[in-house]
Amino acid sequence: MHRDGELRGYLRHDGRKGIRNYLAVCYLVECAHHVARAMVACFPERGVHLIGFGGCYPNAYAARMLTSLCTHPNVGAVLLVSLGCESFDRANLEKAIRQSGRPVETLVIQQVGGTRKTIEEGRAWIESTLSAMAAAPTAAMDVNELVIGTVCGGSDSTSGITANPAIGRAFDLLTAQKATAIFEETGELIGCEHIMAQRAATGALADELVAVVVKAARYYAVLEHGSFALGNAEGGLTTQEEKSMGAYSKSGSSKISGILKPGDVPPTCGLYLLDIVPDGPVRFGFPNINDNAEIAELIACGSHVILFSTGRGSVVGSAISPVIKICANPQTFRRMADDMDINAGRILEGKGTLDEVGREIYDSLIATAQGKQTASEALGHQEFVLTYK
Amino acid sequence: MSQSPVTDGRLLFLNPKDNVCTAIAPIPAGTTLQISGNTVVIKQNIPLGFKIAGCDLITHESVIKYGVSIGSATREIELGELVHLHNMKSDYLPTYTLEKEDSHASRR
Repeated sequence: MHRDGELRGYLRHDGRKGIRNYLAVCYLVECAHHVARAMVACFPERGVHLIGFGGCYPNAYAARMLTSLCTHPNVGAVLLVSLGCESFDRANLEKAIRQSGRPVETLVIQQVGGTRKTIEEGRAWIESTLSAMAAAPTAAMDVNELVIGTVCGGSDSTSGITANPAIGRAFDLLTAQKATAIFEETGELIGCEHIMAQRAATGALADELVAVVVKAARYYAVLEHGSFALGNAEGGLTTQEEKSMGAYSKSGSSKISGILKPGDVPPTCGLYLLDIVPDGPVRFGFPNINDNAEIAELIACGSHVILFSTGRGSVVGSAISPVIKICANPQTFRRMADDMDINAGRILEGKGTLDEVGREIYDSLIATAQGKQTASEALGHQEFVLTYK
Repeated sequence: MSQSPVTDGRLLFLNPKDNVCTAIAPIPAGTTLQISGNTVVIKQNIPLGFKIAGCDLITHESVIKYGVSIGSATREIELGELVHLHNMKSDYLPTYTLEKEDSHASRR
């Protein structure tokens, strides 16, 4: 087994280090999506990832997200693909990427002369840039430089007793070593906001933690998204607090250092709550339409790796950062073993404790940071979604 | 670690502070098992994922799971008894009302 001290990262100009050295191709409106995808398809298994925003109308959130993602430490270079008449501020995005020290190029389909010519130009740029990226400087990296996000999706009654608390154990191991850990989905913390507030580093933060959950409760109420349902009680859950604690247990037991908005880089090490619900009136519908929307936000906050807990069985990965899937249910694990990295459900079969699985998750994430492919990476999963917010 | 060697392998304490444990396998009525060193006969069928009292609880006592209160006992609960809607309740009071929300917004 590798020792903790043996990480190496790709050293970026801002001092952050990446555990991957990917080239991101980013479309700036849906009309440029096909052209961007066709370029990426020319480079299978060569670390070329597709991200983008489909909207034609401007949106500050989407601009901020793409800026954070294009300057993420796992990204070594960026190709922007624009149709030409969309309202996304491509010049500003290109400038931010250039200032971050990364190679960047913008191809405007209307100026280059259509689909074929743009794909060909993009392909040539990617080919030459990949060669240059291979010489990217690396440096020794400490565990305390890692940023790790966690999310749950496809949950069932086993999630809150195996995978989620085991991730909490891994988070405690990380924060003990002064790494940065981020948990999220304030809408799933309804009912345990006062319990969570007891872990706040300051009194002011305790008030803010309660306030962001109250905000989420109100937001989801307007969207008519229920919380505690009869089916929960049939599965053995008795109270709202208990249900929320199942999701919340991913955060472990260390004190909470602060609250992040999507795209914020954590100011210092420690444990953070990502506030995914916008301020102000309800606009644009659900804050995050699916698990990948949440994963993209955790990555925009600098997450090098995502710990994903699933009971029913999700198969997703992500562009930019590897996803480690921790399966809560032993039957799901047997049925979908190829898609899973960790069998936390074995706790239910007496084949491991939460502490043992927590350590296994930690070891797996160190191995991932050292370059080992996760199950979803090996299967080619690179999901990405970004909507209006 | 929370799982002391004298607790049956079909039960899981998620935190050392917990006074309830979770059944990680179905437990039929009449089963005799160890909970924190005490020998207990389980009186009702306990499905997977349901809670069992890890000690005697008095009325109004907080039910502790994940190391925190998830509600309180609505009557006395015996060691080894099923803990669910019939003998515990939520203590959660939603803190949001439209009136409070306005004052909240002006406070911060």
